[in-house]
Amino acid sequence: MKEGIISKEYVIPANDFAVAGEASSNVKKILIQLGVEPQAIKKTAVSMYEAEMNVVIHAGGGRAFVEIDEEKILIKIKDDGPGIPDIDLAMQEGYSTASDEIREKGFGAGMGLPNIKKYSDIFNITSQIGKGTLLEITVFFKVKEFIKI
Amino acid sequence: MKVEEFAKHFEMNVLTSEETLNKEITGMYICDLLSLVMSKAKKGDAWITVHTHLNIVAVALLAELPCIIIPEGISVEEATVNKASEEGVAILSTNKDSFKVACEAGKLL
Ligand SMILES: Nc1ncnc2c1ncn2[C@@H]1O[C@H](COP(=O)(O)OP(=O)(O)O)[C@@H](O)[C@H]1O
Ligand SMILES: [Mg+2]
Repeated sequence: MKEGIISKEYVIPANDFAVAGEASSNVKKILIQLGVEPQAIKKTAVSMYEAEMNVVIHAGGGRAFVEIDEEKILIKIKDDGPGIPDIDLAMQEGYSTASDEIREKGFGAGMGLPNIKKYSDIFNITSQIGKGTLLEITVFFKVKEFIKI
Repeated sequence: MKVEEFAKHFEMNVLTSEETLNKEITGMYICDLLSLVMSKAKKGDAWITVHTHLNIVAVALLAELPCIIIPEGISVEEATVNKASEEGVAILSTNKDSFKVACEAGKLL
């Protein structure tokens, strides 16, 4: 492992709203401790929470792998769920296959994936039907742009 | 304005522990779509929602919202209250509706 890199792995449970959001909350705490600027923390928190909730709601659970170095955070969220048949469609604001029960809880607005795209600096999504989905989210920290040169 | 002062001023019921009442309220956000709250609510906003399940605590934490206001006398699950107390998020309840709460708070915030 390269020096200065923090690696974390989280298990994201299925359909368990009690612990849902815990991985994102934990990562947020780490970023605060590291002194990362609020804007990047907000971007990370929104993106990771949405990705985490998607895995809870749509994919029967999964895992999050997080790497933080001095200039960025990379979050990989992987599940072995049903996959997404049409990613372009899923990326559209308002598109959701969430059940009524889930909607009654305030999820399923169809804004998750669009929000992740909007709030992350690099966003990759790959999905295979019947196999699962992988999201890769990168957020850059601002401070380092000045130091690098 | 501190959550404690806010709760007193508007005669709201404080459901969470005393330790949750120290944060500063600087604004207000009213919405029941969690994605919108996550992205649009501002740090320091008091959040009015009719949801009472556990995940509202995660949303408040991630969005840095000091307190959740549950309107219309809706009762809140004990698990949610306990989690909020643990995490330092205040939950206030009131019999008023969201419009009334917002109108009153708007004069002060
Ligand atoms: N990890 C996933 N596995 C399977 N399907 C997913 C996953 N993430 C998103 N989807 C699909 O993409 C749709 C849009 O996702 P999103 O924008 O987050 O909206 P929402 O979660 O509110 O439905 C979901 O309704 C679901 O059909
Ligand atoms: Mg979603």
